[in-house]
Amino acid sequence: MTMNRQETEQLIQEVLEVYPEATGKQRAKHLMANDPSLEKSNKCIVANKKALPGVMTARGCAYAGAKGVVWGPIKDVANISHGPVGCGQFSRAGRRNYVTGHSGVNVFADMNFTSDFQEKDVVFGGDKKLAKLIAEIDTLFPLVKGVTIQSECPIGLIGDDIEAVAKKSAKEIGKVVVPVRCEGFRGVSQSLGHHVANDSLRDWVLHGRDEDDSFESTPYDVAITGDYNIGGDAWSSRVLLEEIGLRVIAQWSGDGSIPEMQTTRHAKLNLLHCYRSMNYISRHLEEKYGIPYMEYNFFGPTKIAESLRKIAAFFDDTIKENAERVIARHQSVMDAIIAKYRPRLEGKRVMLFVGGLRPRHVIGAYEDLGMEIIGAGYEFAHNDDYDRTFKEVQDGALIYDDATSFELEAFVERLKPDLIGSGIKEKYVFHKMGIPFRQMHSWDYSGPYHGYDGFAIFARDMDMTINNPCWKNLQAPWKRAGTEALKSAA
Amino acid sequence: MPNVMLRNNAAGELVFYITKKDHEETVVALEHAGPGAWGGEIQLSDGSRFYLEPLEQTPKLPLTVRVKRL
Repeated sequence: MTMNRQETEQLIQEVLEVYPEATGKQRAKHLMANDPSLEKSNKCIVANKKALPGVMTARGCAYAGAKGVVWGPIKDVANISHGPVGCGQFSRAGRRNYVTGHSGVNVFADMNFTSDFQEKDVVFGGDKKLAKLIAEIDTLFPLVKGVTIQSECPIGLIGDDIEAVAKKSAKEIGKVVVPVRCEGFRGVSQSLGHHVANDSLRDWVLHGRDEDDSFESTPYDVAITGDYNIGGDAWSSRVLLEEIGLRVIAQWSGDGSIPEMQTTRHAKLNLLHCYRSMNYISRHLEEKYGIPYMEYNFFGPTKIAESLRKIAAFFDDTIKENAERVIARHQSVMDAIIAKYRPRLEGKRVMLFVGGLRPRHVIGAYEDLGMEIIGAGYEFAHNDDYDRTFKEVQDGALIYDDATSFELEAFVERLKPDLIGSGIKEKYVFHKMGIPFRQMHSWDYSGPYHGYDGFAIFARDMDMTINNPCWKNLQAPWKRAGTEALKSAA
Repeated sequence: MPNVMLRNNAAGELVFYITKKDHEETVVALEHAGPGAWGGEIQLSDGSRFYLEPLEQTPKLPLTVRVKRL
């Protein structure tokens, strides 16, 4: 059942009926039926606005965006969660952004450093404690390349001057110390945290080696930005780029490091995967160092081939030939995977509700498997993301911005998709409804999904989830047809 | 007086990006497109207009400038 635009509009109206009038009016602006001919989204959908009181949103906070998303995966810095202990502890090591190295020696991404605020720190200020903590980190972990101060809510509320502490401590320990003003109450979602973290990278880290020209660059140097190495994603992208003859000199920020970031300025091209979280630094790299950025998409063979050709077109003929050779080399393997899984997945209908970029990126991979996207939406996307989404999604598909948990459930009940791709907060609700579900933030403890290697895993996972026999057993036995005896017993 | 970044996109169009608002629009009309002067009144694809104090030369893009909302 594919819906046309009128039917989708009608569905939206029916779902919104339960809201009080004012709420319904606000929410209506965040929901729409897709029209692929639209170029601009600002007339038809409202995005990046505060969630309404009383509804259940799936959004996170600025701290989540800065510490969890952007800074977290950088392996050689100690990220101090400055404030009470909980924020750091509950966001520790849950994201599966893989790194190489040894924990405590040259990898610190898996540890929780916190200033563990107590009442007296809130009353008297935590600056002294912070300075002491930074010195302590430097003593305990002498190989740490930098320290970041990720502010939690109280820091902004009590007005601690973490910038002053950072400057002073940086001189004392002779390393990068970055104050990040990512207090959770700032902004409407984690999206502001991405922006704050990008700005702190720009202001405190990026120029660190501007005087040092000892790095030998080649005409084929590229940087990967906006790839957080979830389940090894950046690695499976990197091998493809290396296979076509490019040299990846920096990874932002999955398995990345401070020296890599500081030598990014030698790159000839900046490859931007997650536009939403790293377009800010990409724009800056373009302005300051003249490195153009290019958005690419490494999900599914069709998009990978398209992206590899686009990337190769920026370089000389050798790279272009290499790209064609690499695409041809993988094509037979990809054809075999599609031949195996497509018959099992053909025509299955998918609803997606993830972050700020992934729905539009993974559509190609689903379509390679013959699946259909009937609904797509973002938690914290901005209008420029919707501009890029409309042409990827079919006509009449449902588009939802910052869908509330009620709306999502109501849409699912009506549309009855064969698969939902969303996050951990939605997962068990839909499991209990007996609908196949994949976490598309963390690849449901699987991955990588990027690149050709990733597509093989992606296809297997989708098949494994949708065609799992467990789903039809989720109904209570007395609710099945022909079980009158059980019904009366219950 | 927002801070904006001006850059050329892949299609060669001039793009106007308001940093603080994460808002990107293409420029449909630029009063002085050089040589001699570059800037003046800027009309965006969504109909809004801004004023950029004309620069003496055509600048190297991208460039961050302060503009006035009209």
